Amino acid sequence: MPKKEWKKVLVIGSGPIVIGQGAEFDYAGTQACRALREEGVEVILVNSNPATIMTDRETADRVYIEPLTVESVERIIERERPDGLIPTMGGQTGLNLAYQLAKRGVLERCGVSLMGTSLKSIDQAEDRESFRALMQELGEPIPESMIVSRVEEALEFAAKTGYPLIVRPAFTLGGTGGGIVQSSEELEQIAESGLQASLIGQILVERSVAGWKEVEFEVLRDGVGNCITICHMENMDPVGIHTGDSIVVAPCQTLTDREVQALRSASRRIVEGLKIEGGCNVQFALHPSRLEYVVIEVNPRLSRSSALASKATGYPIAKVAAKIALGYALTEIKNAVTGKTSACFEPALDYVVVKIPRWPFDKFTEADRRLGTQMKATGEVMGIGRNLETGLLKAIRSLDIKVYGVRLVELEGLSDAELKIACLEPDDRQLFVFAEALKRGWAVDWLAEETGWNRYYLKILKRLVENTALLEKNPWDKELLLCVKRLGFADQEIAALWKSTENEVYRFRLEHGIRSVFKMVDTCAGEFEATTPYFYSSYDVEDEGEIHKGPKVVVLGSGPIRIGQGIEFDYCSVHAVLALRKAGYESIIINNNPETVSTDFDTADRLYFEPLTLEDVSAILDKEQPDGVIVQFGGQTAIGLASGLAERGYPILGTTVEDIDRAEERGTFDRVLQELGAKRPRGAGATNMQQVQRVAQEIGFPLVVRPSYVLGGRAMDIVYEAAELEAVVKRALSASSDQEIWMDQYLLGTEVEVDAISDGENVFIPGIMEHLERAGVHSGDSIAVYPPQTLDLDLQARIIALTQSLARSLKIKGLLNIQYVIYQKELFVIEVNPRSSRTVPFLSKVTGVPIVDWATQVILGRTWEEINIPHGLWPTGNRIAVKAPVFSFSKLQRVEPSLGPEMKSTGEVMGIDRTYEKALYKALLGAGLTFTTYGSVFVTLADRDKAEGVSLARRFADIGFRLLATKGTKRYLESQGLRVEQIAKLHDGSNEIIDGIRKQKIQYVVNTTTHGRVQQSDGFAIRRAAVEHGIPCFTSLDTAAALLQVLESISPGLLPL
Amino acid sequence: MAYLVFNDGTTFEGTAFGDWLKSSPSVAEHEVVFNTSMSGYQEMVTDLSYAGQILVLTQPQIGNYGWHHEENEADKTRLQGLIVRELSEGEGSLHSEGSLEDYCLRHSVRGLMGVDTRALTRYLRQFGTLPGVMLENRDAALAYWANFQAKHEIMEKGEHWVYRSTVKEAYEIPGPGPLLAVLDFGVKRNIIRNLQKRGFRIMVFPAGSAAEDILRHQPSGLVLSNGPGDPDDLPECVATVRSLYDKLPVLGICLGHQLLALAAGGETYKLPYGHRGGNHPVIDVRSGKATMTSQNHGYAVQEASLNGSGFAVTLRNLNDGTVEGMEHQIYSILAVQFHPEGAPGPEENSEIFDRFKKLVEKNLTRKGRS
Repeated sequence: MPKKEWKKVLVIGSGPIVIGQGAEFDYAGTQACRALREEGVEVILVNSNPATIMTDRETADRVYIEPLTVESVERIIERERPDGLIPTMGGQTGLNLAYQLAKRGVLERCGVSLMGTSLKSIDQAEDRESFRALMQELGEPIPESMIVSRVEEALEFAAKTGYPLIVRPAFTLGGTGGGIVQSSEELEQIAESGLQASLIGQILVERSVAGWKEVEFEVLRDGVGNCITICHMENMDPVGIHTGDSIVVAPCQTLTDREVQALRSASRRIVEGLKIEGGCNVQFALHPSRLEYVVIEVNPRLSRSSALASKATGYPIAKVAAKIALGYALTEIKNAVTGKTSACFEPALDYVVVKIPRWPFDKFTEADRRLGTQMKATGEVMGIGRNLETGLLKAIRSLDIKVYGVRLVELEGLSDAELKIACLEPDDRQLFVFAEALKRGWAVDWLAEETGWNRYYLKILKRLVENTALLEKNPWDKELLLCVKRLGFADQEIAALWKSTENEVYRFRLEHGIRSVFKMVDTCAGEFEATTPYFYSSYDVEDEGEIHKGPKVVVLGSGPIRIGQGIEFDYCSVHAVLALRKAGYESIIINNNPETVSTDFDTADRLYFEPLTLEDVSAILDKEQPDGVIVQFGGQTAIGLASGLAERGYPILGTTVEDIDRAEERGTFDRVLQELGAKRPRGAGATNMQQVQRVAQEIGFPLVVRPSYVLGGRAMDIVYEAAELEAVVKRALSASSDQEIWMDQYLLGTEVEVDAISDGENVFIPGIMEHLERAGVHSGDSIAVYPPQTLDLDLQARIIALTQSLARSLKIKGLLNIQYVIYQKELFVIEVNPRSSRTVPFLSKVTGVPIVDWATQVILGRTWEEINIPHGLWPTGNRIAVKAPVFSFSKLQRVEPSLGPEMKSTGEVMGIDRTYEKALYKALLGAGLTFTTYGSVFVTLADRDKAEGVSLARRFADIGFRLLATKGTKRYLESQGLRVEQIAKLHDGSNEIIDGIRKQKIQYVVNTTTHGRVQQSDGFAIRRAAVEHGIPCFTSLDTAAALLQVLESISPGLLPL
Repeated sequence: MAYLVFNDGTTFEGTAFGDWLKSSPSVAEHEVVFNTSMSGYQEMVTDLSYAGQILVLTQPQIGNYGWHHEENEADKTRLQGLIVRELSEGEGSLHSEGSLEDYCLRHSVRGLMGVDTRALTRYLRQFGTLPGVMLENRDAALAYWANFQAKHEIMEKGEHWVYRSTVKEAYEIPGPGPLLAVLDFGVKRNIIRNLQKRGFRIMVFPAGSAAEDILRHQPSGLVLSNGPGDPDDLPECVATVRSLYDKLPVLGICLGHQLLALAAGGETYKLPYGHRGGNHPVIDVRSGKATMTSQNHGYAVQEASLNGSGFAVTLRNLNDGTVEGMEHQIYSILAVQFHPEGAPGPEENSEIFDRFKKLVEKNLTRKGRS
């Protein structure tokens, strides 16, 4: 029973999505809030991330979208006076915050109890020294290690134990700053960055157990001491790669029962020893050939792994953890899946689950894509199959990287020597690298020896490679087809091997009666009757998901979180589902992302956990026979399926496929604009260098160059002069599927973004957002303000009018998003997206308009009057909201941190207040910026920015900052009457700049780029150094201006008499 | 192709593996049961409690980590059939000494792979544990069922699977501590290992042993092991247990637990589809705490029938409330329906062996005093 009668409870979210802390905490927090409210508890929620379901008004009783800093949460606590706080739902961010609030005495002062796992337990699990002491007491082995707070101590330890060693910073997320080191030079370097990354200035240096099996247990324990393990998972790759970057299989496949039980018992002893009350994750390294293990890590909170375990088993871990936090015993909680049995049990799986991380290297082509102890993935996908092969292949095609099997064409060209190196230096492609090696007949034994991968997994891969070869040799063999379908092969892959089309294979398959059935995820392997509407496909005999009659609609989700397609689209999918349910439709969702709210089995009436491909979606539609499919909420992934689905005759609801194409296809869209008399930046297509030169001459520089059909600004560039053109064009051409590029006039104007709902006739605009950075910085990376601060009413009226005409002309049914640029008082259309956009959750939160709900009703065919949607622009209130992007540059080595037309941010935060400066302040604070109000600013400016940069430099100086600059910039700034100290350039052999950054002698860097992609350039090294040492670096003068605006309002003046 | 066919004609199709020639000279039906454990196929295949049964494993990927001889639960198997979705070669474990397929071949187990085991499990859940026949010819199987007449006659002594599972002759395992008698109805090695670990000297007796034969060795305690089949068909064993259980500390596991209930005047009944798996929650009636248990039983003790038997229920299944453990109010008897030795499954209940050891020691000191 509850420990006390909780009246009001504070839940802390995890803030923006960054590498290492993703959408999984939206799932956890949302489930927790629901579980608490079920018990009649008033829930107060704080999170800075607007693109979450947890920050919906419906999720908690009061939602604060505020920066996740101790001060702002303290203010909320002071005001709200909750009697409890749950610290374990918001990832490491939430845990650290709660920890600091407790340490500073805030909780005690305000009478707030920490719920669930106690502060002492958290401390014991997180602090390396006390954790080590506890493990010793429990007799649990941990690798030989030492905690150090100085680099010299690390070197001393290494002198005793030798290499390789692993460096792990204490209190960070995603293993920031850690790594495996082989030498004293490497140790020195990584130890230093690790010490910097650690919240408490400590790192652990330990003996490396690289090559051992890596196994995880998800454990739940209640206050009475009942303790269960929800799921065990095994990494396909051995210890050495961060578990967030590992391919994970559940349940463990290569462990004997003895090994499983030994680790299970150990994890229970540890969780018991820590007196955890809630969820806990325990990671082990297990010796590959004897029963010896070491404990690698314990997370006394919900984690990425618990989200995965939850989706893999169907067990609602976060919900149960929340009930435990209230004081319930596991034995008092029901299993929500069966409705009959107890939640105090361990799920049994009768399928195999494979998780593959989604890496951002398609966007960051220049990044170091090798994998190690630093996590680099932005998201993940999960595949469920009745065998490992199917789980793996489903996960691969869920990645949405246009790969449908284990072949990666780009590897076929590697020489044997190159391939060998690729085998030995794991990067994100390792699965495909191994497949290529196996295809070349390289021995499983060799690979196993050299890479530490388990033979079992390599054999699975080999089986797929062999069947790929068989398919190639035996086109249209129906026995083989059945066999490979049971292994999970995709129609598309088979079509490629048969030199045919996906539709041909699909037809052939159906003709021969080869079709999938659907099985239920029921937590109990069929032992008990379950009612969970959670399904996956399988080539088996029995289909058990009886379909319901009555109106129903399928919503396509958006797949893995990646740069350009984030959690915003999950937010939209979830709201679409809710709207469908409200409207009396059976709602069915298809998605493959285990981190999200949309894949919670009680979000939609039915959940199909499947890849988002034409084949997989078709199978579900064939079975369900829904009234229609909604594609406009699942980002480009879902939109991309529209034409294929329509071609197969499935009804697409909302904007028709033809109209979607009209908006997305350049030529037809130009005609639409012409008819309306609307302008767009001048531009033209080109397929070869000659055309490129001609177009460049016609339009003039600067130019935006991009492939013709991509999302998120991939491979997009701004070219300022003819000399840069050729290199950029080559890159763009290779990124374009149809070898065509577009070249547009680059207008240095103000960018404006609009979301609108339309039924093809009526148009409603919830809000206009103005971007702080000029056009040229990707809209997803710009700071956006609502309502606009610099647009006059006339301009706003023109925006409204043009939005209305565009919606009508494109016959939009549902949502659309338009990006405009205002250049010399004129309105230009940059882009129209006939779908929901990244800004929908932000706008919904600030305006309170149920955007997705209304759009869904429109899509369902309700009339404007029935829904009661207003016309025109929604009136602005007295609040101003600022959306700021959040980047994960520190985790991605070699990535260029400067802003440009390609999107680079992984997440976003919102700052909301009554004045612009305050909202901006909160947004920047929430985005992780530290406001230092004095110190030194290092300024380097590209020639084209020099004139404009002067005023910014002056404003810094006026507040009291010292200005530092290299020779050229210094000379220019001094010529404008500023006092500047010179700092030596890097390529002159000086280390002054980097050193200044490293030693925190520099507080801000303003650096605008000349040669964006030349990594050898000084600018790149400076920007990387800043990013890696947590020094704010501004590559757009507009962002720097925003910072100044805040600094000017918060900095006390320095006024000598 | 090969088939599992039920009396109602329901057929599950798969590919044969293991040994189909020697395994059974004549066609016979066997009880089909399913186990939901996610690991431990080796322990299950060599668990004699499955004697006479066809075992369906719900975990689809089976055989992955090969075969490790020392993890066998018996030196033989009496399993009549093994049904899996996927059979793997067993590359997963570097220290593997063989493969599941190989074991099935050498120990004459019929295997069927590629079966929709989930559909089969759901079928068993719906209709309860049923007999099925495994044949390579579906028509022959159907013909078998057409001519089938259910046998209702009482089993002759010696016909019961227990007698085909137990040891032929008593044997001793040396140890420093007091002597324990283990009545072997198909005992799992991990029970023996757990007792050994606690220092006991052990004598293992065949199932049919008379009480006097056991008492002659003056054991300090008695362990009634797990074993296959219906306890009601073992009246002679029940009689033996009855004449022993008031004389020395007793630990009953699974079948042993059921025999104790019967010996004390209680009753057992057949569960609709049994409990087989490694995730069954059992709650301690006194402390209210729950533990995860390894289970493998098709029969259970009727709680109401224990009135007046001297047994009190101490543990219950958290899901269906069935009796999972009992203790005697007068005699030193511990009995559990589940498997505290795990193998496969959770090890968290092995402390029952510690409690039993204390019971034996207490009894010895008491005897020493008197």
